[in-house]
Amino acid sequence: MNNHILSHLPYKSSFRFVDNISLLNEDEVRGEYTLRNDAFFYEDHFVGNPVTPGVIITEIMAQIGLVVLGMFLVLKEPRLNFMENDSLFPLLTSTDVSFYKIVLPGQKVTVISKKQYFRFGKLKCYVELLDSSKELVAKGMFSGVIKKINIKND
Amino acid sequence: MTRTEILNELKKVFAPYTTNKELLNSINDDTDLIRDLKINSANLVDIIIDAENKYNIEIDFDAADKMINVGSCIDVIREKLNQKNVEYR
Repeated sequence: MNNHILSHLPYKSSFRFVDNISLLNEDEVRGEYTLRNDAFFYEDHFVGNPVTPGVIITEIMAQIGLVVLGMFLVLKEPRLNFMENDSLFPLLTSTDVSFYKIVLPGQKVTVISKKQYFRFGKLKCYVELLDSSKELVAKGMFSGVIKKINIKND
Repeated sequence: MTRTEILNELKKVFAPYTTNKELLNSINDDTDLIRDLKINSANLVDIIIDAENKYNIEIDFDAADKMINVGSCIDVIREKLNQKNVEYR
């Protein structure tokens, strides 16, 4: 049921970092992602010593913690006038993340995000990313907006 | 509350969101928040929320749309403060 929102995510294959949404309501979201052993960034980061880049950890937190919740909220907000079949385009406006542990290829991570506010189309959340032993990997504040774009050039 | 009083208080509200402290000290009604103070447009939402908390007012979509420069911010805050005073009478 929660996973229907995933059809609104504009990411594909190598840049989609959400497998499942286990909790979703107006105030919080929880989701999981398993790092693929053959992900494009491991070959070069680092050579012979694959470690998940901080920017990818940040992206996982943003996609689950901000974009999924943001899509859910904009589709419910009549004033924004977004429709189910619109092309929704998420934009990150600020992040402030601290990292505590590394994440290796194949590990499953869980993202938990709590809404600070959603106003004038901007969503701000406090987001944590935990590893499979429930230890904190990263935490931070994330903000973003969702824009509607028209694919057709007229 | 006079326009000058609100302007001086707005300097403190804007401070966390602009790096141009020199310009912040010399703002006037025509200072544009995004173009002149280089405030990230999404941070305008934070400024609106900070102003709401400071003055105990509520700024709606239409009022927020007008808050482009310092003068229009002062106009909106004064208008909302006046509405609040009318309700209390």
